[in-house]
Amino acid sequence: MRRMASLIAAPFSKTQGVARWMLVVGAAITAVFLIFALFAPLIAPYGFDQFRASDGTKFPKLGHPSSSHWFGTTDLQTDVLSRVIWGARTAVEVVGLAVIASLVLGMALGIVSGYFGGWLDRVLVLVMDSIFAFPSLLLAIVFAFLFTNIIGAGILFLTGGVVAAALSLTAIYIPQYFRVVRNTTISAKEATYIEAARALGATDGVIMRRYLFGNVIQSVPVLGTLNAADAIGTLAALGFLGIGIQPTEAGEWGFDLQRALDDAGLGIWWTSLYPGLAIVLLITGLTLVGEGLNETINPLLRKQRLVRVEMTPRESSGSTSEGSVTRS
Amino acid sequence: MTLIEHVPTPSWALGPVIDVRDLRVWYGTPRGAIRAVDGVSFSLQGGETLGLVGESGCGKSTLGRGLMGLLPEGAKRDGKVLFRGDDILQMSVHDARAMRGTDLGMIFQEPLTRLNPLMRISRHFEETIKQHEPGRSKAVIRERALEVLNVMGIPPTRYRSYPHEFSGGMRQRLMIALALVLRPAFVVADEPTTALDVLVEAQIIKILNDLRENFDTALLLITHNLGIVAEACDRVAVMYAGRIVEQGDVRDVFRDPQHPYTRELLRSTISLSTTGLNFILGAPPDLINPPPGCRFHPRCPDAMKVCADKDPIETVSDMGTKVECWLHGPAEAIPAGGETRLPREEIGVADEA
Amino acid sequence: MPTKPELSVSAEPIIDIRDLSVRFSLGGSTFARLLGRETGVVKAVDGVNLTLRKGEVVGLVGESGSGKSTLGRALLGLVPAADGSIVFDGDDIARFSKRELRAHRRRAQMVFQDPNAALNPAMTVEQGVGDALRIHGIKSAAERRERVVDALERVGLSPVELFLPKYPRDLSGGQKQRVVVARAIIMGPSLLVADEPISMLDMSVRAKILQLMLDLKDQLDLTYAYITHDLASAKFFCDRIAIMYLGRIVEIGDTESIFADPKHPYTKALLAAIPDPDPSRSLPRDLLKGEIPDAARPPSGCAFHPRCPVAFEKCGWEARDLVSALESHWLQTGVSTFDVERNQIANLNSLREQDEGPAEVKASGDGTPEGIVALLEEVKREKADARFWTGVEAVDPSAAGAEVRFHEGEDPQLRPVGDVEVACHLY
Repeated sequence: MRRMASLIAAPFSKTQGVARWMLVVGAAITAVFLIFALFAPLIAPYGFDQFRASDGTKFPKLGHPSSSHWFGTTDLQTDVLSRVIWGARTAVEVVGLAVIASLVLGMALGIVSGYFGGWLDRVLVLVMDSIFAFPSLLLAIVFAFLFTNIIGAGILFLTGGVVAAALSLTAIYIPQYFRVVRNTTISAKEATYIEAARALGATDGVIMRRYLFGNVIQSVPVLGTLNAADAIGTLAALGFLGIGIQPTEAGEWGFDLQRALDDAGLGIWWTSLYPGLAIVLLITGLTLVGEGLNETINPLLRKQRLVRVEMTPRESSGSTSEGSVTRS
Repeated sequence: MTLIEHVPTPSWALGPVIDVRDLRVWYGTPRGAIRAVDGVSFSLQGGETLGLVGESGCGKSTLGRGLMGLLPEGAKRDGKVLFRGDDILQMSVHDARAMRGTDLGMIFQEPLTRLNPLMRISRHFEETIKQHEPGRSKAVIRERALEVLNVMGIPPTRYRSYPHEFSGGMRQRLMIALALVLRPAFVVADEPTTALDVLVEAQIIKILNDLRENFDTALLLITHNLGIVAEACDRVAVMYAGRIVEQGDVRDVFRDPQHPYTRELLRSTISLSTTGLNFILGAPPDLINPPPGCRFHPRCPDAMKVCADKDPIETVSDMGTKVECWLHGPAEAIPAGGETRLPREEIGVADEA
Repeated sequence: MPTKPELSVSAEPIIDIRDLSVRFSLGGSTFARLLGRETGVVKAVDGVNLTLRKGEVVGLVGESGSGKSTLGRALLGLVPAADGSIVFDGDDIARFSKRELRAHRRRAQMVFQDPNAALNPAMTVEQGVGDALRIHGIKSAAERRERVVDALERVGLSPVELFLPKYPRDLSGGQKQRVVVARAIIMGPSLLVADEPISMLDMSVRAKILQLMLDLKDQLDLTYAYITHDLASAKFFCDRIAIMYLGRIVEIGDTESIFADPKHPYTKALLAAIPDPDPSRSLPRDLLKGEIPDAARPPSGCAFHPRCPVAFEKCGWEARDLVSALESHWLQTGVSTFDVERNQIANLNSLREQDEGPAEVKASGDGTPEGIVALLEEVKREKADARFWTGVEAVDPSAAGAEVRFHEGEDPQLRPVGDVEVACHLY
């Protein structure tokens, strides 16, 4: 338990200056959104698709921010504040799923590819590079269509658009993990301790699981948080284009922005400002965490952890050359 | 082949090329200052080679880098480093940088990492020389480079080759040639042969040995190999925990070591005449919080009561060997009862190197 | 004072290597492939015969590139044997399947050169040492712990509790090497391959690790293959020594015989090269020139001949030796002569690449065939490379320049000379 605690605290205790501030601010922002996501039913005053109060009266259409609707209401008569909070839940669900799935798949493929090399490696690198070469949004759109319309009909019936959106994001982020993990694996497998493991009689599976995994995983947290930030943007873009999550399924910031497009011209600012702000803040928060972690974990970026040194004034002992004594 | 042009001796040549006085180099860490070099003094004449030996972590590499001004951020130096009378530590960053290469040279352990794989050897020389002497023609540079390469035993046919076409020993020769082409008066060689095989190591030692005649260079040779010091150096300085504990003529020191650390280090070295294994108990101390008094006393087989209480005072023997050890007095500085044997604390492998 | 123990060697062989060859195919770096360099096969070990008797310490001594490490790794089956057999307790491990090899590694283990790299940085001492047991199917954590504690105590890492939870980065070099040794002995092997186990350690620690290995040998009835380039430690540590050069054993015998009367010029050179801290011994020495050649293109005849101070006509002289002779000539002459003479020769680089037959030095536009002959005669007169000229049968003028014909070379075989076996034409 204490080890876990110190492991989590390590990035904070090990960083200094700007990196530490980035980490603290980023973590705070991200934590707020995580709390929104976890406790959305408790925090949000209304449901994400609720358009009438419990007494049956409809919410105003495009109502100004007021005491009953702090952030105002939308053209669909829903509460903006509630949608922002529910939107956090959607974002965290989708992005969390996508990052975990792409991380697991990307790492596994990367380690296997890097460790065995040969034709398997060449094929995987080719596939991954071609995925990587596409604009990620375009690819996300293609995958979103694919998962929603062709493959996913059966599954989607059970799980809804959240999984479809997560899967399409997964596909575009796998190559990043693959590349990073494969490259670190290739350099790590030349290390003497890998040969030592082989000399002990370890199988390839054991070497990959117990010897390579622990040493290549270090680059992954940074990539994970940065990808999560990127995925928030991509998810919003998908929602904006009306692909993936349907408005009836969950509150989604990108969809809100798209609906708010026309309002902006009419001087109605609240429908676009708050979801937009939520996207920007969460992306900023995650990016700060990622960059902060990078400073801690990446030894190349990490400044030598040296602090200013104060030299004690010299003692007037005889141990300097001036004080030497000639023996006869 | 002699490359020194005989010019009238300039005034600075009468004194030492480099004169280090009470140099300290400390690194700050959150735990406290690492006293990597803590009050070191020595001087070197032109054409003289001083071997600096000690276990890893004794500060010998830091000392070398400290002299060159190649320390990481967060390190602090004080004391005096006089190069022909001018204090390097007082110079501006710009002036100090200008001295590197022309006046101060450095030879590193890993030759390949210091050579640009995409540049021919000729380019390496051109870049090096032009940086300090702009406007030299390629022909002049080639002539000077080939002259130095010749001394290193690299045939002129290889001048247009790339670094990867050379073997490990040849690369180290190249590095030495590059360090010497500007004829620096003072060169620090930091474990120049550690990465090499015995036979190649012997070749490089011979080259370093010949430097005195060929270039009149003052050389500080940092190594952990006492054999190399015996073969290539005029004088030796034994470093322990940030201080030079013994310094003198190589033959005197190796034949009759004054400091128990020097003696034990020599005894623990495995050579062809080794018939039994000897070692020094314990490990070098933490340089953040070194032991009080003599830093070697916890490991010293001859430790006395005074050794744990008072810093030793440097004494000079008849042979001119300087040593910091209470065994050699001065007797009047040892308090009454200070000469009683110190009971040896139990040294387990827990603090074993 | 601990001293070298008495020989406790039985005649019974534990491992018997016959005509072993290990080859690596050169994939070649991308860089080399881009430049169109040919890729080839390296004979890292080339027809080696060696027997290790139970309880013996056999030293494999040579420079890097001599094949000593590869030979050591072959004993564990870490590199595949291309030819020959390695019989260990009656089984030929050169024929083993992957699974059989893994099981074999309970009996044969390895200590590595660099203790800083040989331990998994992500595992604690307990996990790292215990993983050997886990790999060989010991599932009970309690049993593993018990045996890890025992192994750590054996290598002198006590109090053990202090070391169990430590990561390699928290240990000193000597301590790490002790952990590596503990990991190697925990399965109870009978053979330990020690690949330069002390060369990365501080002088003051080397003796400790060597002493530890001697103690363990007695306690655990181990047999050692001690790989090193340092004849001084081999002299103290080994019962028998095999000197290796470019994949072959060039001299082998009892330690005492080898040191009393080294026969092969390479052995002599290795001995002379050891820096000795005794100042009365530090005399200028005759050093071997050059370095160990590329194993992808070993010199013809005796592979050692280009560096050998006593080589003669039948050692296998060839075209590239002529290039070396010219190069050492130019080292003597200085730059201006070099510039003139170099430009007379058209095919210096292709001579360097030529593999057999007489060497034809072609004159370029700046030179004449007569000039080339004169140049070669002059180089010969200088006697800078007297050894090389013993191998030259004749220098004849040819249409394009001069043809240098060499005496027929022979590959020396290992044969008994006195108490040892040597592969050298001198004997």
